[in-house]
Amino acid sequence: MAQAEGGYYVPHGSNWPIIGSVGMTTLVVGIAMYLEGMGIGTWVLGAGALITAWMVIGWFGDVIRESVKGLYSDQVDRSLRWGMIWFIFSEIMFFAAFFGALFYARTLSVPWLSGEDPATSRLLWDSMALNWPTAGPGNAAMDFQPMGPWPLPTINTLILLTSGLTLTVAHHALKEGNRAKLITFMWMTVALGVIFTGFQGYEYYEAYAHLNLRLDTGIYGSTFFMLTGFHGMHVVIGTILLLVITLRCMKGHFRPDSHFGFEGAAWYWHFVDVVWLGLYIFVYIL
Amino acid sequence: MTATTQDHAHHEAEPTGLKRWLVTTNHKDIGSMYLLFSLAMFLVGGAMALVIRAELFQPGLQVVDPYFFNQMTTMHALVMIFGAVMPAFTGLANWMIPLMVGAPDMALPRMNNWSFWLLPFGFAILLSTLFMPGGGPAGGWTMYPPLMLQTGTAFPFVIFAIHVLGISSIMGSINVIATILNMRAPGMTLMKMPLFVWTWLITAYLMIAVMPVLAGAITMLLTDQYFGTTFFSAAGGGDPVLYQHIFWFFGHPEVYILILPAFGIISTIIPAFTRKPLFGYSSMVYATASIAFLSFIVWAHHMFTVGMPLAGQLFFMYATMLIAVPTGVKVFNWVATMWRGAMTFETPMLFALAFVFLFTIGGFSGLMLAIAPADFQYHDTYFVVAHFHYVLVTGAVFAILAAAYYWLPKWTGHMYSERLGQWHFWLSVIFVNVLFFPQHFLGLAGMPRRIPDYSVQFADWNMISSIGGFGFGFAQLIFVWLLYKCIRGGQKAEARAWEGAEGLEWEVPSPAPHHTFDTPPVVR
Repeated sequence: MAQAEGGYYVPHGSNWPIIGSVGMTTLVVGIAMYLEGMGIGTWVLGAGALITAWMVIGWFGDVIRESVKGLYSDQVDRSLRWGMIWFIFSEIMFFAAFFGALFYARTLSVPWLSGEDPATSRLLWDSMALNWPTAGPGNAAMDFQPMGPWPLPTINTLILLTSGLTLTVAHHALKEGNRAKLITFMWMTVALGVIFTGFQGYEYYEAYAHLNLRLDTGIYGSTFFMLTGFHGMHVVIGTILLLVITLRCMKGHFRPDSHFGFEGAAWYWHFVDVVWLGLYIFVYIL
Repeated sequence: MTATTQDHAHHEAEPTGLKRWLVTTNHKDIGSMYLLFSLAMFLVGGAMALVIRAELFQPGLQVVDPYFFNQMTTMHALVMIFGAVMPAFTGLANWMIPLMVGAPDMALPRMNNWSFWLLPFGFAILLSTLFMPGGGPAGGWTMYPPLMLQTGTAFPFVIFAIHVLGISSIMGSINVIATILNMRAPGMTLMKMPLFVWTWLITAYLMIAVMPVLAGAITMLLTDQYFGTTFFSAAGGGDPVLYQHIFWFFGHPEVYILILPAFGIISTIIPAFTRKPLFGYSSMVYATASIAFLSFIVWAHHMFTVGMPLAGQLFFMYATMLIAVPTGVKVFNWVATMWRGAMTFETPMLFALAFVFLFTIGGFSGLMLAIAPADFQYHDTYFVVAHFHYVLVTGAVFAILAAAYYWLPKWTGHMYSERLGQWHFWLSVIFVNVLFFPQHFLGLAGMPRRIPDYSVQFADWNMISSIGGFGFGFAQLIFVWLLYKCIRGGQKAEARAWEGAEGLEWEVPSPAPHHTFDTPPVVR
């Protein structure tokens, strides 16, 4: 399915988008059915996830094959770069909505409820003093401990920062044509990603088992778990991306002067890294 | 070389029938699908509007039960915004941007196909909610909690439908930006691009910036409903008003997403039928960018009555009024373009002229609404309904119709029937004013929006408005008939179908061949 027109590769028809549409629709309908308590929801959801995964693997497979065949000119490469940059920008804006909710709760809604806005606090929960972290005036009986920055989140910060470093070392090795060093440092990066996710899972276990901190622990639990949860999801996706890239490095798919696949995954990883720094400061420390 | 040979073999083997449309990566095929889908949704959303107008023809409850009425107001908005106007603009972008910048196709052709095909699937989910236990969403398209959380079984389906539509928009926008930044023919510098391309570049940026924010907001709704989070519940330390802030941080740029490409279309059509270059090209570009920037800092003018510190009210009031400056620059430039031009009044030009006049009315009523103390009176009345229908129907929709008439010869290779076009225009422009102008009076007199019944004092203007509504609705069938005839045949269109038309799209034959600009043209 190849066409190189004026040097620009325009693929001729592809089944993956329509498979992806069917897969994504099945997936979300399945989740919605599950949430509404319909028995077959889980099965629909599972089928949708499988179809979507099939699409992702097949589509990326096509792209990798075309890339290895050398169908992509510099101009195609630039399109992919712009695509990745704007995709990451959209992801940043997605996180911005949740950070916005956190800032709003901390600087506006919680102070208003605890008396800064006399009308609100008098009408709702009269003269109840609230301090961050809080589960809210209606959950005053809820006894929980917040998740502090020490020790796990700080260790995780170091892990992610180190992974950014190892990834950069790997990138330099790739540019120097040093395969052995590239592959070693890629595996180190993947391993750090996995360890991060493991620690994050342990942190969640601690929260539920010992701190009585849950997703429904008022606004603190909501913002804590939604922000760290979506971040964790992105870490998992990023780790899978890096794993695929590592395997491609071992297959020798990348050249010192042409390796957008590597760079795209690396950009994604650095984005995940930066979001974590935001979380570390605003969720754990402050 | 091998790639090229291979490619010619595949040219022969291109799939036909339904399969062609399912797997196509061609920007013209995808553009046509977007445009036809948008027309279908325009008719579906229009039918919903007619249900609303039929119920409001007289005071009292006659036609539908109030709960279904609320579903109609909600769905009408969602269908028109996400199904009719946005896909129409994306369809025009798909068809015209590669032609206008001299590119062989969109930058990411496979993703282009996916962006389109998510839409029918997303709308299948959204429209199916009307048949679910408890009916479709009925709390308004803005989906404010806690009301939205009272939706029945439909609730998660609506949320996910909007997620799917949002993903489609984001991918479409990424494609537009990559195409404009990376696929321009040699010599096509940024400040030589047609204004339609410029306005779409800025629109795409807005979409990528705010669609994910909407996704975040509705995700919080979902987790508040099913997983016990309390983002929008005061008992848990959250705030329902937080939703409104996040929603309108998306919502206000969204209304510019719905109008900026229209500005680009009007800036293309008026010079063509005035036979003069556009007045103030660079000021048009800067004005568009200014409007886009301002759109991020005005969102709370939708929330003046919800309770906000005085400083906030003043800030959002003045920031909103500032938008009148770049918008005024645009209206001035359009009028200045026409000044002493050799004007003719074919259907695209008529729609463009109506746009300039009627959109400006919508802009002025917007200025009235921007005044916070006055807005306390206007908020949630029919005055608001009149305002945003002037900017969206006589604004966005008229621009889309103008664009369709202007480029139909390029798409189909045939001239449309000018006689039918004139009928379509005059009936539309008369009835649309009969439909929406009285709603200003209703709103100023205090009639609230989103209600199926009203006090008898509002009866006369409502009846007139409904007559306008049915007239405008049925007038659109002329367009459907005209379109059908134009696709099937008609007078052959020349490559440059309009005497004064400028731009690369008129350098290729009509209809535009399946593949254009395989080797990029050189722009002097």
